[in-house]
Amino acid sequence: MIDFLNSLVVLLNFIIIPGLSYGSQLALGALGVTFVYAILRFANFAHGEIMSFGAMITILFTWFFQSQNIGLGILPTALLALPIGIIATIILCIISDKFVFQYYRHQKSVPVVLAMVSIGVMFVVNAIIRIIIGTETIKFSDGQKFIMKAKQFKVMTGLNEGLALKSSQVITIFLTIILLSFTFWFLQKTKTGKSMRAFSDNEDLALLSGINPDRVVFITWMIVGVLACVAGTLYGLDKSYKPIIYLNLVLPVFASAIVGGIGNPFGAVVGGYVIAFSEIMITYAYKKFFVYILPGPLEPSGLVQLLSTDYKFAVSFTILVIVLLIRPSGIFKGRVL
Amino acid sequence: MMKFERYEWIAIAIMISLFIFVGFIQGWSVSLVILNMCIISAIMTMGVNISWGYAGVINFGVMGFLAMGGLAAVIVSYPPIREAWQVGGTGLGISLILLAMLVFAVMYINKVVIKKSSKYWINGIIIFLGIIIIRYFYLNATANIEDVNPALAGFLGGLGLPIIFSWFVGGLFAAGVAFIIGKVALGLRSDYLAIVTLGISEIVVSVLKHEEWLSRGVKNVIGLKRPVPYEIDLQNADWFINLVTYLNTSKLNNVIDINDKQELLNNLIIDGSGIFVKLSYAILFLIVMLIIFYFANKAQLSPWGRMMRAIRDNETAANAMGKDVVKQHLIIFVIGAAIVGVAGAMLVTLDGLFTPSGYRPLRFTFIIWIMVIVGGSGNNLGAIFGGFVIWFAWIEAAPLTTFIINQLTLGLEPTNALKVHLLDSVPYFRYLFMGLILLLILRYRPKGIIPERVRHS
Repeated sequence: MIDFLNSLVVLLNFIIIPGLSYGSQLALGALGVTFVYAILRFANFAHGEIMSFGAMITILFTWFFQSQNIGLGILPTALLALPIGIIATIILCIISDKFVFQYYRHQKSVPVVLAMVSIGVMFVVNAIIRIIIGTETIKFSDGQKFIMKAKQFKVMTGLNEGLALKSSQVITIFLTIILLSFTFWFLQKTKTGKSMRAFSDNEDLALLSGINPDRVVFITWMIVGVLACVAGTLYGLDKSYKPIIYLNLVLPVFASAIVGGIGNPFGAVVGGYVIAFSEIMITYAYKKFFVYILPGPLEPSGLVQLLSTDYKFAVSFTILVIVLLIRPSGIFKGRVL
Repeated sequence: MMKFERYEWIAIAIMISLFIFVGFIQGWSVSLVILNMCIISAIMTMGVNISWGYAGVINFGVMGFLAMGGLAAVIVSYPPIREAWQVGGTGLGISLILLAMLVFAVMYINKVVIKKSSKYWINGIIIFLGIIIIRYFYLNATANIEDVNPALAGFLGGLGLPIIFSWFVGGLFAAGVAFIIGKVALGLRSDYLAIVTLGISEIVVSVLKHEEWLSRGVKNVIGLKRPVPYEIDLQNADWFINLVTYLNTSKLNNVIDINDKQELLNNLIIDGSGIFVKLSYAILFLIVMLIIFYFANKAQLSPWGRMMRAIRDNETAANAMGKDVVKQHLIIFVIGAAIVGVAGAMLVTLDGLFTPSGYRPLRFTFIIWIMVIVGGSGNNLGAIFGGFVIWFAWIEAAPLTTFIINQLTLGLEPTNALKVHLLDSVPYFRYLFMGLILLLILRYRPKGIIPERVRHS
């Protein structure tokens, strides 16, 4: 019985909690991508950089607050700076739309041209970030680092295995729940949310029934800005901020959106968790788990690892390819690509 | 043979004069270094242009195909490491055979089992079991190989052939990978094809990064043999010394003192050997570029090229006329990738080393795409022009930015924090330039600087 509990703790500590927090970050990112896709109808390659930009502004203001000795006690100061980061990200989104994307929307350009344009935006934002903050790795989490340390857990329960709970993980999951419920409430219950869904569903019909497209687009960029900034900051808070990482993050984010069903907000969230959990589960070495759960003679000698952790990144794409082959519209019926 | 329009002649003249200009300002050596990379970039751009410009098939996997070309350069030219083959060859052979069996088993099941859901389950289980069995042999073999003299070797090595063969082999490798990708992903809508190819190229690079038995992974392969002479050999070769003396007769005659003369000659020989090596590379690359350019143009003007344009402009109509769109898409995707692979092998040849961790999408996929868009998709000369101009801008962005920043902050003290910070971040301004160039071209000249020629025939 004790062995069984130990094995459960191993799973919880190394798979479920990290998977939940990474999955939440991906889900928020994927939700942003899906919004742009559903309303503006293009694949926004700049999304990773927008996330990075939000995180950068948050970091800058975190530093400012830290220098002024303003803090939140046990919570990281970044939470205090987050609203400012969100506003800055929204402004970035609106500016990029006004000066870049709007023109092509009015021209009714094909999606692939808009994707190219978003690559241009990606380069520009990327350069701005590097010019402002450089390329160094930045750790900006402060406050209490752990809610529960592995040792405390061992003492508390008397088990062999420890369970560590980082405060950044709890904050991530908590914030994600709030944001997701707000977004879905907004989409389902408010008039603006309904008009957005109508616009996404059938643009002509929506225009005919008097929905103001500019307003829908504006609201979309606002939501995208909030989601991107929070996702980027949480990722940086959890792992440490590195500007180059976000370009790599954009691929799992896209994979999540497509796996879940692109254009489908609920699918994007599920896709985020699917990608995160499969990345972690396929590259985790299960030796410890099996040592607890199997009787002595059956214990494995190797690491019992399906793929080495080097391929963490490749896993998300393999899943994307498999999903596209088997079910091109994604898990939840998104648009057929 | 094709005839150039007047603006196309102007473009060619601009490209040539850029290098002469840099040659006079920054020296011929710098100019040739840039020229070599420009030619390679132009070849990559032509590869992308063939699939995108001719047929509208998007290929964001440039980085992966370049890396495959680079791998070909290693495998063709590196001397074989017999010891590694002895300890790991059998194990690898067995796992390869098992892998082939697995693939056939899956294909067989796909044919025999009709019900869709049970098919996936059976396949899934077989693949899972197969991977576990293969991994047993494979991990043993690779561990043995990587243990062979890890500081210097630790991988299988190559065939020990002249590296110039690898340019062809690199094309084949890239084509092979492209065939698999194309089979899987072509048929997706274009912007999703972009994401999928981008992702698969990341997978290719991460395989090269982590499979040390194959490519030495992050430990890099250095000291690949050159197709052109080494500087040190040239400096000791009589014919080269005579050549330098002959070319600089007037300069040498002006110096009267015999010691000074000898010193000047030595300096000239050292400079000259560097330039000679780069020039030989440039000539080799130029030959490849012109061959590809010739055939790309021929193909574009042929009925096949016309069919490709028809497919690009109206897939449904082309399909209705009996053209096999899926097959043609696959063909042109593979051809484009093969050309990129050739460029990848050339790139490694030029550097003389293979560094898998150096393949980054920003540098090797998106910049190439900017070249295509800026140059003009659908026009091969435009592709070359884009490759030249963008690579040139990429290199010369740093000196230009330094100059601009210095001018703008002229009034500030040299220790001013803003000025120091800006000068520190000079390398990042090139990304800004690239983004702005792309945005401006897409806005004001969406067909590129040298647009595709509309033919009425």
